[in-house]
Amino acid sequence: MEAAGIPHIKLENIKKGYNSRSVLEGLNLTIRQGEFVAIVGRSGCGKSTLLRLLAGLEFLDTGSILVDGEEINSLNKNARLMFQDGRLLPWKKVMENVSMGLPRDHRLRALNALERVGLKDRANDWPARLSGGQKQRVALARALVHNPAILLLDEPLGALDALTRLEMQRLVEQLWSEKKFTSILVTHDVEEAVALADRVILIEEGSIKLDQYIPLPRPRQRVHPGFSLLVEEILQHITGPGEGPAFLGNQRKRVY
Amino acid sequence: MDKQGETNAIQTAIPWIIPFLLLAGWQLFASLGAIPARILPAPFDVCKAAVGLLKTGELQDHIMVSLGRAVSGFVIGGSIGFLLGLFNGLSKLSELLFDTSIQMLRTIPHLALIPLVILWFGIDETSKIFMVALGVLFPVYVNTYHGIKSVDKGLIEMGKAYGLRGFYLFKTVIFPGALSSILVGFRFSLGVMWMTLIVAETISAHSGIGYMAMNAREFMQMDVIVLAILLYAFFGKLSDMIAKLLEKRWLNWNR
Repeated sequence: MEAAGIPHIKLENIKKGYNSRSVLEGLNLTIRQGEFVAIVGRSGCGKSTLLRLLAGLEFLDTGSILVDGEEINSLNKNARLMFQDGRLLPWKKVMENVSMGLPRDHRLRALNALERVGLKDRANDWPARLSGGQKQRVALARALVHNPAILLLDEPLGALDALTRLEMQRLVEQLWSEKKFTSILVTHDVEEAVALADRVILIEEGSIKLDQYIPLPRPRQRVHPGFSLLVEEILQHITGPGEGPAFLGNQRKRVY
Repeated sequence: MDKQGETNAIQTAIPWIIPFLLLAGWQLFASLGAIPARILPAPFDVCKAAVGLLKTGELQDHIMVSLGRAVSGFVIGGSIGFLLGLFNGLSKLSELLFDTSIQMLRTIPHLALIPLVILWFGIDETSKIFMVALGVLFPVYVNTYHGIKSVDKGLIEMGKAYGLRGFYLFKTVIFPGALSSILVGFRFSLGVMWMTLIVAETISAHSGIGYMAMNAREFMQMDVIVLAILLYAFFGKLSDMIAKLLEKRWLNWNR
């Protein structure tokens, strides 16, 4: 399964539960340097837990997570996490939100990051003044200002309207292709997963049910016949035979 | 003056219309003899009493004594309440150890302790400062504790994910997140501070605004009594305005 390239992130037989409820049950996954991986699955399938484990915000029951050969047993300093709800500090101006955690003399870096997401002119605004899409762009700048080797995206576009969503997808793809950080995107929008990822992974009942490479050329064309075929195929796996139509009829092709 | 400025000026003026009319009406009816001076002296007479007391220096002394008690009691009680709220909000062990006891003590009306406090400390400064500190402690504690407990967990997690730890996490995320609740406690406790002081000074004191009023009662000096009441109202309003100003300043991101 593994093509050329060094395994960058290696998950081995990981198990994680809360109280008596088990969330991840013996999951194995290898991700290469610079790969864009999308993780899809129903709510509660453990996809967000997986991201939090990779970020080092939570810890495994058994198994191991290796990043560049080193086990994660505290906060993963190579990774930055972007949340669905942005989580900007409302009492800090946009600029201060982006430069949070940076040494004092790195204002310029923060400004550059804001420029990359097209919000340099909003540096001195309060986050409350921004639209939902702008907030997520600031959150993206805040994540990227640290030049992380791994960007973890926890449904960051889930709350945005359709147009802003497409814009953000383009922005994420563009920044990723410039910087070549490893990206792991958790989403419930299969179309988004196919549009962005090199590989779409479907998690069900705590383990991987499907690992689908997306061989389409970039930038991805949604009108490409291969595109909708792949979306349909992944959806088939999620819904299972017989349950399909209800989901396939849904224009946004979301899976809850 | 442009239109915006004009609207602002009018909006600042409107709240003062009723107090002004009341004062004018009071003066008018008092001068007409409709309100006997024995019941309520005219505003003008109260002013005269104030000027007289200012000349002898008595008024300044009483005000300074009362302000000193209010401020020292507030600082002592407020600091203890704030620190306890901080520790109990941040540390599980501290919360388990102290919170229940503090909540039990909180249910005792602190003014009920006055007779006991007089026996402990006499009627000089210590008893007044103790009472004010005790009254201020609980509202500050409850709001600080609650404020820290209800800081958005998502923001704390975000801070940790971005490498903030210890004091830096507290300074950047937890304290600003709790600040609006802390300021509510601060403002509320300023009210408690004046109320406690009034009661304590009226019951037992040999200086201060409350003493001035009780002393005036012995000599039927209605104007001085009313002056004392107006002074309390003035300082109550003043401290509330300061608290509001701080809120506006520190919570400016909230608009």
